[in-house]
Amino acid sequence: MSATPAAVNQMPREHYLNATYGIRSWLLTTDHKRIALLYLASVTFFFFIGGAFATMIRIHLLSPKGLLVTPETYNKLFTMHGVAMIFFFLIPSIPAVLGNFLLPIMIGAKDLAFPKINLLSWYIYLIGGGFVLYSFSTGGLDTGWTFYTPLSSVYSNSAVTPAVIGVFINGFSSILTGLNFIVTVHTMRAPGMTWFRLPLFVWAQYATSIIFILGTPVIAITLLLAGMERMFHLGFFNPQLGGDPILFQHLFWFYSHPAVYIMILPAMGVISEIIPTFARKPIFGYSFIAGSSIAIAVIGFFVWAHHMFVTGESTYAALTFSLLSYLVAIPSAVKVFNWTSTLYKGSISYDTPMLYALGFIGLFLIGGLTGLFLACLGLDIHLHDTYFVIAHFHYIMVGGAVMGYVGGLHYWWPKITGKLYPEFLARVAAVTLFLGFNLTFFPQFILGYLGMPRRYASYPPEFQVLNVMSTAGASILALGYLLPMIYLTWSMRYGEVAGPNPWPATGLEWKTPSPPPTENFDVTPEVTWEPYDYDNRPDLGLDVKGAPSLAHGDD
Amino acid sequence: MHRTGELYEQYRTLEQQRETASLGMWIFLSTEVLFFGGLFMTYTINRSTYPDIFGEASRSINLALGAINTVVLIASSLTMALSVWASQVGKTKLLTIFLIATLVLGSVFLGIKGVEYHEKYVEHHIPGWNFNFEPGADAATNAHAQLFFSLYFGMTGLHALHMIVGAGLLLWLIKESLRGRFTPEYNTPVENIGLYWHFVDIVWIFLFPLLYLIDRH
Amino acid sequence: MQSDLPLYPEQASNFAANVDALMVYITAICAFFAVAITAAVVYFFFKYRRKDPAEVGVPIHGDMRLETAWIVVPLFLALTMFGWGAVVYVDYRRAPMDTLDIYVIGKQWMWKVQQPTGLREINELHVPVGRNVKLILASEDVIHDFSVPAFRVKMDVVPGHYNTMWFRPTKAGRYHFFCQQYCGTNHALMGGWVTVMEPMEYSAWLSGSSDATTNPVVAGEKLFVEKACTTCHLSNGTGRAPSLNGVFGAKVPLADGSTVTADDAYIRESILNPQAKIVAGYQPLMPSFQGQLTEEQIMDLTSYIKSLQSQPAPTKGSGVAPDAGKK
Repeated sequence: MSATPAAVNQMPREHYLNATYGIRSWLLTTDHKRIALLYLASVTFFFFIGGAFATMIRIHLLSPKGLLVTPETYNKLFTMHGVAMIFFFLIPSIPAVLGNFLLPIMIGAKDLAFPKINLLSWYIYLIGGGFVLYSFSTGGLDTGWTFYTPLSSVYSNSAVTPAVIGVFINGFSSILTGLNFIVTVHTMRAPGMTWFRLPLFVWAQYATSIIFILGTPVIAITLLLAGMERMFHLGFFNPQLGGDPILFQHLFWFYSHPAVYIMILPAMGVISEIIPTFARKPIFGYSFIAGSSIAIAVIGFFVWAHHMFVTGESTYAALTFSLLSYLVAIPSAVKVFNWTSTLYKGSISYDTPMLYALGFIGLFLIGGLTGLFLACLGLDIHLHDTYFVIAHFHYIMVGGAVMGYVGGLHYWWPKITGKLYPEFLARVAAVTLFLGFNLTFFPQFILGYLGMPRRYASYPPEFQVLNVMSTAGASILALGYLLPMIYLTWSMRYGEVAGPNPWPATGLEWKTPSPPPTENFDVTPEVTWEPYDYDNRPDLGLDVKGAPSLAHGDD
Repeated sequence: MHRTGELYEQYRTLEQQRETASLGMWIFLSTEVLFFGGLFMTYTINRSTYPDIFGEASRSINLALGAINTVVLIASSLTMALSVWASQVGKTKLLTIFLIATLVLGSVFLGIKGVEYHEKYVEHHIPGWNFNFEPGADAATNAHAQLFFSLYFGMTGLHALHMIVGAGLLLWLIKESLRGRFTPEYNTPVENIGLYWHFVDIVWIFLFPLLYLIDRH
Repeated sequence: MQSDLPLYPEQASNFAANVDALMVYITAICAFFAVAITAAVVYFFFKYRRKDPAEVGVPIHGDMRLETAWIVVPLFLALTMFGWGAVVYVDYRRAPMDTLDIYVIGKQWMWKVQQPTGLREINELHVPVGRNVKLILASEDVIHDFSVPAFRVKMDVVPGHYNTMWFRPTKAGRYHFFCQQYCGTNHALMGGWVTVMEPMEYSAWLSGSSDATTNPVVAGEKLFVEKACTTCHLSNGTGRAPSLNGVFGAKVPLADGSTVTADDAYIRESILNPQAKIVAGYQPLMPSFQGQLTEEQIMDLTSYIKSLQSQPAPTKGSGVAPDAGKK
């Protein structure tokens, strides 16, 4: 018996997008779904800005002497690329867009615990972004996104103070989002939605939120101190006034290392949703995936000084942080094994979200494994501050986090907009992105081992071939990003109507219409089923026999 | 505007609403612990690097005023706790009185702080503002003393900022209490702002010994 | 400059081969897992592709044995990586005793190198092959990093304190060194060449341009007098401050009961922040010279004080701990 032929779907008459009209109804909304779209617009804007800087960087590096700009400008390009991408794109992206949209629906609630605070956090993000844009356009920023002192607090002649203020303010946006998510998951779950029935995306957001609330305040105070040092010539981090630049690094990395887990955990949550859906079976090792998210969040707070192995820190400290850094790799490995095992004896379709998920596994695998090289003390001496590090973190942040974000956007696009995107074009874009990415960043591992330092506006000529390869890859990567922006936008108007559950998938969000009504559920759902339980969901109209599907024979 | 007993849209029951507000405040306070924590860590590290200068600088701030402020603040926590109790047993008049007492004590604290800051201004102990700890001393002594005072003003200033916000919240509570808004069924704002006030008090209880008492003999 | 296979720099120090072997080891393990997982993913992707639109997969919720296996095995492998790396690192952080000490100062955007005889170089470092070399690194402004890829070594150069690094060149030749901590506008131009020479050539090169006025010991002695250190640090021990004869490298007893070894860092701290460690039996009288001396002048003074190592310490009024003597 095959599935019911797809009924011709209709858009619901009233939904969150058309429930009220006018700019005030958007700018003063407290609907988590509209706020998610406000964030979507803003993070995409900053993605363009960071992307523009990246483009200029790669073009500049085509030539050993630098092709495009002066060293002063180059230093501003990589700094502003980092600041824009990390603080205003990567950190908010999945939590503030997908998390905001989905979290309440996934747990059966009408909204987050504090909807007005949710809106406030978007405005705080805009204000922080405003300060940073002001810095970019009045002299730029050339300290590196890491703001190391005393370069940033004493010697730099760029617009450091507004940038530092902007990042400081933006931190509160993160903190409030994290606070909202944690409280929501604790107190707003629908009856029957126990912790171990939660979708893994929710577990991932919860773990991320722990890092938001415990880590962000520390960078806030650190940047405040650095800013005050610059403005009032104080001496916390300036050795000429009795201060210690290494103290800055400890305080900075105490947040900034967990921050990288803020960037990857939500993407892992997305993958944990996509794979069961497109393999049509439960995730392998649910409690291990849930637990590993928490483990990463916790252990991630204890590894920060692996960024400081060559600062002259004590050997004992280095040994401790190296060991802990290896420990934090294990939960990530557990996830990868579990995702792969989920594919075994699945019923796998090649839809675009699945392509993104598998691309994620491949790229995150390389990124994560290369972390093992850097955690290794003896190797890190050689690899620290080289292009190896750049390749490592781009594999994780772009190959991992951005693919997770774009894959998630595709996966939930029908729910968010009620429309389907053009599948063929989407698959082409996914493959383009994957190939372009590898060509851009794999050569950088080799550049790094050869010794090419990072943050260099010019380089010895023997490094040119690999740099040119990298730039060629970047042009393909750019295409891979532009395509979805174009066809996703196109689909909002012209896409095929999706219906409530096009894939179909098992989460609560797929029981609502697409797009959902403002209050998400007419009646509070009562949850009696396990997550990803394709075997016990007759409402999905799939072909489930009592015994495992005979289609795979007796393997 | 939300009146007594009214349920916000996103909640299913009043109990859920109350629990949520309370958990929200606790989580917010935990972020504040980390926020102040970074400052405390910086202070501790600098103090152990320059014990003598920090000791000398610490002895130059007004212990008497600091001690009075500590008593004032603890008293204000008492009146705050009493106001929460009053709201729980429905004694609205007492509630308003205790809230006003808390506000008054908080304002006394801020006033005394202002006096202390003025003293520091007169003695040229404000970094960045004609700072001169020990006229004639070498540059290192002044630089290290400036570190102490930067942290002194940073920590007490951040604390005072939180007190001012607290004072604003108290004003709002008093206004609402006069309107009879708080009952034993609904006193969530009183409880949660009480939590906030106690937290600000606890921060001071750590600040005071660290800044004022480290090297008195 | 580069090896035949352009995947790694030449191996020109005692660390290089070990680091490269470690790299190969970790690469092999990671490549194994990367290939295994990719192969599994690709295989499952094709073998279990959906044949019927309504088909579902086989529900398998988990397997404790598998979970345990893929926690324990990676953990064990990770610990081996950690262990090998740790051994290399500890060796790197503990310089041997018999090093040729060279001072290196980084400043925006150049490197000043001072050989033991006082010979100065700019953006160049000459070292003899087969000798243990220790670089003592100081910064005059922001954080820099001295990095030699062919040696597989680097160390940050942090203002406010010394860092040291060591290596033993194993192959004559010329190798890049780079500034490897972003330090401002011309960070990318702040590099140069390390020239490794045969020992005879190196001595010849050194003495070929040695010159009394650049001799740091002589310069240091001049400063010692100029800055009135002689007022208190009488060499016969009768002054208000301890004699510095024999002090460098020795154990010094402090007023709080502890002892400290008088190395470069201790000398530097005593000059810039004398109150930090007062020698037992003495008053905290010494003024700080913070802001009055450049890093080079501090290095010159240190060279001078080092040269007093061989002078006999007075029985009373010395900074040296009585029974400990010199190391």
